[in-house]
Amino acid sequence: MKDRKLIFELSREGRCAYSLPDCDVPRKERAAMLPPGSLRHEPPEMPEVSEVDVVRHYTGLSQLNHGVDIGFYPLGSCTMKYSPKMNEVAAQLPGFANVHPYTPYEMTQGALQLMWELQGYLAEIGGVDAVSLQPAAGAHGELTGLLMIRAYHEHRGEKRTKIIIPDSAHGTNPASAVMCGFKTVEVKSDERGGVDLEELGKVLDRDVAGLMLTNPNTLGLFDENIHVIAKMVHDVGGLLYYDGANANAIMGFARPGDTGFDVVHFNLHKTFSTPHGGGGPGSGPVGVKKHLEPFLPVPVVGFDGEKYFLDDDRPLSIGRVKSFYGNFSVMVKAYAYIRSMGPDGLRRVSENAVLNANYLMRNLTDVYDLPYDRHCKHEFIVNPRRIKEKTGVKTLDIAKRLLDFGVHPPTVYFPLIVDEALMIEPTETESKETLDYFIWALKEIAKEAYENPEMVKTAPHTTVVGRLDEARAARQPDIRWRKQ
Amino acid sequence: MRYIPNTDKDRREMLAAIGVDSLEELFSDIPAEVRFRGDMKLPAAMSEHEVLWHLKELSSKNASVDEYTCFLGAGAYDHFIPSVVGHVLARSEFYTAYTPYQPEVSQAVLQSIYEYQSLVCALTGMDVANASMYDGASAVAEAALMAVSQTRRQRVVVCRSVHPESRDVLKTYAAAVGLEIVEAPMKDGVTDLEALESLVTNDTACVIAQHPNFFGNLEPVEEIARMVRKVKGLMVASVDPISLGILKPPAEYDADIVVGEGQSLGNPLSFGGPYLGFFAAREQFVRRMPGRIAGATVDVHGKRGFVLTLQTREQHIRRERATSNICSNEALNALAAAVYLSTMGKKGIEQVADLCLQKAHYLHDALSRLEGFEPAFGAPFFKEFAVRCKLPVRDLIRGMLDHKILAGYEVRQTYPEYPDLLLVCVTEKRTKREMDYFVARLEGLV
Amino acid sequence: MYPKELKYTKTHEWIRVEGTRGKCGITFYASDQLGDIVFVELPEVGQDVVKGETFGVVESVKAVSDCYAPVSGKVVAVNEMLETQPELINQSTYDEGWIIEVELSDPSELDDLMDAQQYEKHVEEAGHH
Repeated sequence: MKDRKLIFELSREGRCAYSLPDCDVPRKERAAMLPPGSLRHEPPEMPEVSEVDVVRHYTGLSQLNHGVDIGFYPLGSCTMKYSPKMNEVAAQLPGFANVHPYTPYEMTQGALQLMWELQGYLAEIGGVDAVSLQPAAGAHGELTGLLMIRAYHEHRGEKRTKIIIPDSAHGTNPASAVMCGFKTVEVKSDERGGVDLEELGKVLDRDVAGLMLTNPNTLGLFDENIHVIAKMVHDVGGLLYYDGANANAIMGFARPGDTGFDVVHFNLHKTFSTPHGGGGPGSGPVGVKKHLEPFLPVPVVGFDGEKYFLDDDRPLSIGRVKSFYGNFSVMVKAYAYIRSMGPDGLRRVSENAVLNANYLMRNLTDVYDLPYDRHCKHEFIVNPRRIKEKTGVKTLDIAKRLLDFGVHPPTVYFPLIVDEALMIEPTETESKETLDYFIWALKEIAKEAYENPEMVKTAPHTTVVGRLDEARAARQPDIRWRKQ
Repeated sequence: MRYIPNTDKDRREMLAAIGVDSLEELFSDIPAEVRFRGDMKLPAAMSEHEVLWHLKELSSKNASVDEYTCFLGAGAYDHFIPSVVGHVLARSEFYTAYTPYQPEVSQAVLQSIYEYQSLVCALTGMDVANASMYDGASAVAEAALMAVSQTRRQRVVVCRSVHPESRDVLKTYAAAVGLEIVEAPMKDGVTDLEALESLVTNDTACVIAQHPNFFGNLEPVEEIARMVRKVKGLMVASVDPISLGILKPPAEYDADIVVGEGQSLGNPLSFGGPYLGFFAAREQFVRRMPGRIAGATVDVHGKRGFVLTLQTREQHIRRERATSNICSNEALNALAAAVYLSTMGKKGIEQVADLCLQKAHYLHDALSRLEGFEPAFGAPFFKEFAVRCKLPVRDLIRGMLDHKILAGYEVRQTYPEYPDLLLVCVTEKRTKREMDYFVARLEGLV
Repeated sequence: MYPKELKYTKTHEWIRVEGTRGKCGITFYASDQLGDIVFVELPEVGQDVVKGETFGVVESVKAVSDCYAPVSGKVVAVNEMLETQPELINQSTYDEGWIIEVELSDPSELDDLMDAQQYEKHVEEAGHH
């Protein structure tokens, strides 16, 4: 097969895909309006193609991608659940999609009401007192939450410099902490996969601003000592930050706010079914307990009993973290989801997410290895320890071979504390048949590894491209098209 | 439940396979002290029809630009979105995919990011671009952080004519790491060069200018770039991508980092988001750039393919030493931008920009002739301009709502020093008839 | 894999001393752990390095590793070939894959380093922890 063309390579001089109205006002010379020195001399090197070219190009491209609508996507920590189509319809309603953010607020009451109610729903689900919908993604929520923690301590006249992060944490946690001017302190996990209390005790002191925790953590395990951890951190005056990436496991079973967390972020694009868009847009609302409410970013959506409004008169606020009010159309989708599920439905989501994960896990252990043998929550880790020892087949090979089975591989080589990790998150929207197929595929690959390891080591065999030379991509970066 | 396929029978079988008696047992690791035993106080579930009906009702309480004639801009713009864009974005292969971690089954997303990066480079004249930031404001903040790390200086000068919300976000990000943010004042609608010169010191990491600025005016970007070059700082330009159809690409006035709000490129207004921030730079800074970058390479058979590259900059590898904490970006919005720019092509982008320019000047001239209105500044402008109004601006805006017109932005909200300015925007979508009607209604008001 | 004439650090750097100068790089073990090296961040010539402190960064596709100076001194040369051919570290670890050359300020520091045999043992232990 020939290389797939770039849109630029389809360009032919004189082709056109756009349609614009004629200028219906008396034309003025451009030079009479703009100084000649400010003008472009050459048109930008953009393609000249017809509308058919654009449609076929991008439609053809789209067929090269895996997505939740095509098949199973058990990418750990990413909660690739099915995104209801209703949500897409809702977000495209003209009264949502085509509203200018600076429209006078009396003419955006519906949008503000939706945001205000969503703030309330998330507060209830998270067990917190107030919510800001402004952050655009999980990492942005982390930044926002940590800035509030910082502001809280500073307001109390304390300069605290350290954030504690378990060794199983997402990479965004330490990166966010540094962007907030903190030093990070890593704390080890114990043999049950939770935070090692003894190690935690050693690093806790009055310089600790807070601890960031994902619970269930990236091993898919609920930290059984969470209330002890919370007490230990609070006893030295630190606060607890909840990374909500894994909240799909606990809705209706545990609320982070009740378990001692002071700040919570949610990923609407994980737990609340909004699609990931190939890497965004997401939305990372942040909820806080009462004592942190004054520090929420501005503006906050308020309601005076009659009118919804944007409140930006909040002197202790950390300020603004995003233009306008957040990723509104993502909020519409999450709102539609919560309203269609109701409280019982959301609880059922977590029940089935956990059931599916445990079912997968227990069916894989005869061939794959389980570093932590406990009930998991919505995801779990296995690794191919025995397979690798006997055949040399690695996690990466197994992941690549799964592609030939039409399944998106799990998250691989994460968390860092498990060798050759495969992190599997089935979500609740998959049927038993899909799970059984996945179990079969993983066992089939294991069998191949013993019988014909080359088959696995050279996978994938059926994808549109084979394994790509990533070293070359990084050594000689070719990150844009240039006219030859 | 329509999104949960497991039946009661499935559940029984699965529990048996796991070796537990009940679902409850799977949650036994949640300590009793923290177990939630109540009912979440949320509205009861609704059917699809009911949810959509309810949302339709909520949406009908908002004034959409389909119903109202929009002269409101100020960072979010009512440009035309070709039908092709929505059609491509509705392909669920794109929108239900995650970040392209497995390139063999993610070529659509990866190649479209590569094309998007290339289009941003073509438009700005810069060497390299990333896969997108959250929005224009966070792109400004990240540009400042990058300049600080590149120059190892702690002082950032930002022009007051930069979008107020971009400056706010910049301040939030900067305060976190103790940067000094200095604001350069305006004079006659653009940055006061004399004042700026005194602020651009030897410890200045960068100067951030917006061009055209928040008021639609063209900034003296060449002079600003020269000034910052003298102290070996970096020039950060925040630009309107549509304007680049006719305005000089920032590379030509020696910008080091170019950012901007990309909403205008095929993304609906959506009450403020999701939008996308674009981020481009000189080649030598590529390893300090935040965010994802797609690159071309070859597969084992020598065939061209695309991957995420230069990933060691990013949080999932470098953790606390990453160039930024950004993970999810605005990939689907960047795809919209790529489809939009491909559709417009080199000629279309110029025509859109030209229509905006012509029409904005038509309305500007008409308003300038109107009793009770006068141009606020004399500076050349692109598609937005400020007018000084005799009437209180707030009343004027409220009054125009009765005529189904969104008249513009009340400048006083964010610039108290300009109590009587209305910021008006004209895109290619506005017709002469709409503008004449607007002028006539204003005349009536005065 | 570990030439006898070189000295090694616990952090997996090597040094080849000739007179008062020594060329330094990272060991086979380190480069093997990292995989394909794609980028090397070099120090400036003339810069001082301190034993045990970082003098550069080596990157593979998905990992980043600091390089720690085996000895103190002044950097008198850097391997500019690595700017375009970082893979030399994989291909010619102890020869063309050198990273910096240092003018030693205190040759007695060499006594703290391991010889090939000791280093090999160190690596074996590292592999089984």
